[in-house]
Amino acid sequence: MQTMLNVALPKGRLGEKVYSMFEKAGYPCPSIKENNRKLIFENEEAGVRYFWVKPSDVAIYVERGAADIGVAGKDILLEYEPDIYELLDLKIGKCRMAVAAKKDFRDDMGRTLKVATKFSNIAGNYYRSKGRDIDIIHLNGSIEIAPILELSDVIVDIVETGTTLKENDLTVFDTVVPISARLISNKASYKFKSAEIDRLTQKISEQTEEQL
Amino acid sequence: MKSSQLLPSENLVFLLRELYDKYGYSRYKMNKFEEYDLYAKNKDFLISDSVITFTDTNGKLLALKPDVTLSIVKNTKDSGETVQKLYYNENVYRVSKGTHSFKEITQVGLEAIGDIDSYTIFEVVSLAVKSLVCTGENCILEISHLGILSDVINYAGIPKAEMRKVFRFIGEKNIHELLSFCNALGIEKEKADLLADTVKIYGTADEILPWIREKLTGIADENNINIFETVIKALSGGENGDIIRIDFSAVDDIRYYNGFVFKGFSEGVPQSVLSGGQYDALMKNMKRKSGAIGFAVYLDCFENATKVSDYDVDALLIYSENSDISLLKRTVDEIIAKGESVLMQREIPDGIKYKRLLKDLGGEVICVANNA
Repeated sequence: MQTMLNVALPKGRLGEKVYSMFEKAGYPCPSIKENNRKLIFENEEAGVRYFWVKPSDVAIYVERGAADIGVAGKDILLEYEPDIYELLDLKIGKCRMAVAAKKDFRDDMGRTLKVATKFSNIAGNYYRSKGRDIDIIHLNGSIEIAPILELSDVIVDIVETGTTLKENDLTVFDTVVPISARLISNKASYKFKSAEIDRLTQKISEQTEEQL
Repeated sequence: MKSSQLLPSENLVFLLRELYDKYGYSRYKMNKFEEYDLYAKNKDFLISDSVITFTDTNGKLLALKPDVTLSIVKNTKDSGETVQKLYYNENVYRVSKGTHSFKEITQVGLEAIGDIDSYTIFEVVSLAVKSLVCTGENCILEISHLGILSDVINYAGIPKAEMRKVFRFIGEKNIHELLSFCNALGIEKEKADLLADTVKIYGTADEILPWIREKLTGIADENNINIFETVIKALSGGENGDIIRIDFSAVDDIRYYNGFVFKGFSEGVPQSVLSGGQYDALMKNMKRKSGAIGFAVYLDCFENATKVSDYDVDALLIYSENSDISLLKRTVDEIIAKGESVLMQREIPDGIKYKRLLKDLGGEVICVANNA
């Protein structure tokens, strides 16, 4: 019996791009392209089952074994530190985690820095490595308005083009870490499906190298 | 009690205790509480560093045990050339990563403490294999050797200050970041590639041992390679040897562990169900001259691997106050004799799922509904 690979894909444009890479690697599932609200798609012949999940949940699906493999942003992996294998940098969905603040911001080392962010763990680790005393203000969205309303001194957030920052009169002061999409695997699944996962990783790796 | 009526984790406890008894390991029973100081001094050895503490009547700060190995090491003495062989079946209290709240976990494991030789290593790892086989049909034991891996890391020239980061990449099989980190540190490509290849390899003894001999001779300590090869060959050639895999990404904290480390996986359980290794470094930290090797089986992993039964009870028998007790007793005895369960009630309880609904209709019990 053929081994079935369960793949968690992040919903949205990135997920569609990732699916084409998997399709090209020999894991097609034509039904996924049908315009409907289904979330699970299976191609028994190709031995693959895809799930569309919220991008920030991919790592949970993989860590808990509901999916054998998946594609998650490095930001999510750094923030939640799931116990998984990170097999490949897909070199797509590129952006960066950055520190931004109002243009006239000056870091006064004599006082605690107020940091607004959705990524408390990443921000905490970053400032700990610099020995900087901070007060983390965890927000779930519209982070950019925190410095404007003087809720925080700086923000730590994902920056793609920088347009949102610019429109809110903010500027990037430092890059915390570059971000891109990563192919991840559940550790136990890898033990039992290593041949399939290695084959897939190799084929996708060839595509990422072609892109360079 | 029939073994089929036990939960898989309860059944496992019996099987494992019987197994360890057979190999001459003695049961080690310990107190639920331990002085907090023991954990404060060895915080990094613990899987989660949160510990439930309370003050005893004499003012001492105590903790509900989050770990068993530390207590065993604390209470054993160096014993010259003999090896103390112990096993335990204890509850430990740790923070669950998913819920961020404390959980009681039943853990069964064994420890061999003393002058650890190749045979003892083989015996402990082979008992890990046998323990894993008790957990399910399809399982895998991945084995690594921290001594060999550390030699490759040192050969690559990774600075001591960066070890924690490098071990994180290794544990994640994160080859791309490991290579770019080595590149940033100015490590020669050939050395970085050898480290990456060592972390990447995964396979059976036949597939991997020749690679280790060819690539790592002269880089890793010859004695470590010889012991690794001897033990792995003996394990792979033995009963259930096909479940052995070599994987150097199976790492543990090098401040405590050295030599052999291993993790067990059982199909259908998304995380490792067994973990163990040699912890001579911990022994040294606790001022012991002896070496030690052991492992634990995490029984909580099997809770969710059990198929939920479709029914709460096979037969639900509804009787009335006027029912004839001897008729009810006879009916109950007949159902139980067939190997089925029966619940006696005067009314149907809310939300219950039964296979058959029986009713006493004044001197006769009849089946009024069958959901099977």
